[in-house]
Amino acid sequence: MSVGERRKAGWFVRITILVVVLIWIFPAAGVLITSFRPEAASESTGWWTSLAHPFRAGEWTIENYRSVLDAGGFKNALLNSLAVVLPSTVIPITIAAFAAYAFSWMEFRGRQVMFVLVVALMVVPLQMALIPILRLYTGGGELFGMTVFPDLDLNGTFLGIWLAHTAFGLPLATYLLRNYIGSLPSSIIESAKIDGADHFTIFTRLIVPLSVPALAAFTIFQFLWVWNDLLVAYVFLGGTRDNQVVTIALQGLAGSRGQSWHLLTSAAFVTMALPLVVFFSLQRYFVRGLTAGAVKG
Amino acid sequence: MSDGPETQAVPTTDPAPAGAARWARLLGAVAVVVGLPLLARWAYTFMKDGDANRFAVVGVAILLGVLGVFALFWLMDEIVDRLPHGWREGARPYVFVGPALVILSVFLIYPVVNTVILSFKDRSGDSWVGLDNYRFVFTDESMLRSLRNTGLWIVVVPAVALTIGLLFATLADRLQRGESLAKSLIFLPMAISFVGAAVTFRLIYSYRPAGFGTNIGVLNAIWQGLGNEPVPWLTEKPWNNLMLMVIMVWMQTGFAMVVLSSAIKAIPEEITEAARIDGATEWQVFRHITIPSILPTIVVVTTYMVINALKVFDIVFVMGSPENNGTEVVAERMLTWFFLRNNDGYGAAVAVVLFLAVIPVMVWNVRRFRAEEAIR
Repeated sequence: MSVGERRKAGWFVRITILVVVLIWIFPAAGVLITSFRPEAASESTGWWTSLAHPFRAGEWTIENYRSVLDAGGFKNALLNSLAVVLPSTVIPITIAAFAAYAFSWMEFRGRQVMFVLVVALMVVPLQMALIPILRLYTGGGELFGMTVFPDLDLNGTFLGIWLAHTAFGLPLATYLLRNYIGSLPSSIIESAKIDGADHFTIFTRLIVPLSVPALAAFTIFQFLWVWNDLLVAYVFLGGTRDNQVVTIALQGLAGSRGQSWHLLTSAAFVTMALPLVVFFSLQRYFVRGLTAGAVKG
Repeated sequence: MSDGPETQAVPTTDPAPAGAARWARLLGAVAVVVGLPLLARWAYTFMKDGDANRFAVVGVAILLGVLGVFALFWLMDEIVDRLPHGWREGARPYVFVGPALVILSVFLIYPVVNTVILSFKDRSGDSWVGLDNYRFVFTDESMLRSLRNTGLWIVVVPAVALTIGLLFATLADRLQRGESLAKSLIFLPMAISFVGAAVTFRLIYSYRPAGFGTNIGVLNAIWQGLGNEPVPWLTEKPWNNLMLMVIMVWMQTGFAMVVLSSAIKAIPEEITEAARIDGATEWQVFRHITIPSILPTIVVVTTYMVINALKVFDIVFVMGSPENNGTEVVAERMLTWFFLRNNDGYGAAVAVVLFLAVIPVMVWNVRRFRAEEAIR
């Protein structure tokens, strides 16, 4: 028993953990608390002073959120972020799931080579893709005098950014899903084939339901990645007030109103709210998705 | 497995389904073939219409993006079903992998090649300039600073995040209760964006010179409380670089901690208990059992954190004026030159430098994958 006792946390370990946790939540707590303080207060005193008299009249306000959402354009930005994030998550996962099924359970020439290519593409920095894709979007692409990519003027459109996010998420999604789908027992697929099911039926009725854990993990990873992305949105969607997503809006606000802390903090919290909800409600999948997705390039 | 009526009507082995059903399916297919492009065209124009209602645009965008892809696969599969019998199963795999390969080719493989080519061309990509762009990358003062800074980022951030993460995982492993809560709170910053984190820390580093009002940033408040003059943390060279790295450490420690924690929990209890019975101290157990057992995980975590640090851009970008503050990093230079200063040649050359840096990891990934396949 004494051996087991020694492993248990003493007061030193407990206090160390407590201190580290407090340090870690301190920055976010500052943002949250400042975002509910009136402008005059956040300009003149540190946010921690509010903790001394939290119930004083006029100590808290939601006015900051109102002005950020309406006049600040964050309501519109939230909507745009949703319009970017939902298709940018569903499209790559659908395409990757079909591809992963083929890589796992179909025979075709070049299968191994193609999959090695997918593995290699996983860590390519997306900086390598920005310039050529932007050129395709603004001028189309030609190969030996033939138009292979029409000039659709995709720059600044939702379609343009979905395609970019789809491509950047695809290698990882295909890799993860192939590992999962490939490890399903072959007996169930064989017996479905004997029952006369074709590949499309096997995929939609059998593989997709069985792969829910892997699909959920990647969905969460990609959702967060796209929601929190600044670079891709900055290059392909741009910073016009109509089109901007929440990260762009926040970056713009930090540039133009860098000292208006009552606005900056509430805007920051608006951008964080949805990821935090996802984090707290789907924590298990969330951790699995993020740790699996760490390989992304 | 429950089959719907639709799939039972057309098993692939049966070339001639019943008359009415066949006509219905044919009509349906024609409707899809004609309707889908028209719908796509309408949606494309609609989404580019600046005056349209935002909600409607977003709704169309989501519907089209989500349903459109599935419809595409379904349609292609239907077309394959109508091919001559002998071709069907040969063509079908390419229906399944085709879209992925097309997108990867157009949006990743072609761009990689194109970027390498552009890195030898001038700012508009019209004429060849030889190695001029690379000469710029390795001689320009600001570029050199960015290379030095990125070098620091990829060493400091993974090292600090890994150390804190490992110690925290080891200590939290011993808590009787509250372990998962403590781990959640450390992991939480992973959920938010680099932009959000940068704004969060701008508040912490906020600075007002003495005599210009109370410092509302906690760092200067503490610093002044200790009797010092307030410090402009974000412009104080070269320490401002460390101030920015702290932000990434804050965000990434949770990742290292969670992954290492599950590796630590996977160490068989018997081994550590046996060592303790033999009289090993906790430090010896940590040093000679825990660390060697989780070494492969440490290597993987480090690699990925290095790649992340290599590509850091948002934090520096949001903090503003990297050139004045001496906080340039490589990925930020890439965007500055290509996007803000319209020099595709410089931008491409900087991107290629980043690419070269990850090639060893790429080779390592492929090798590891090959080895795993060999065992399968």
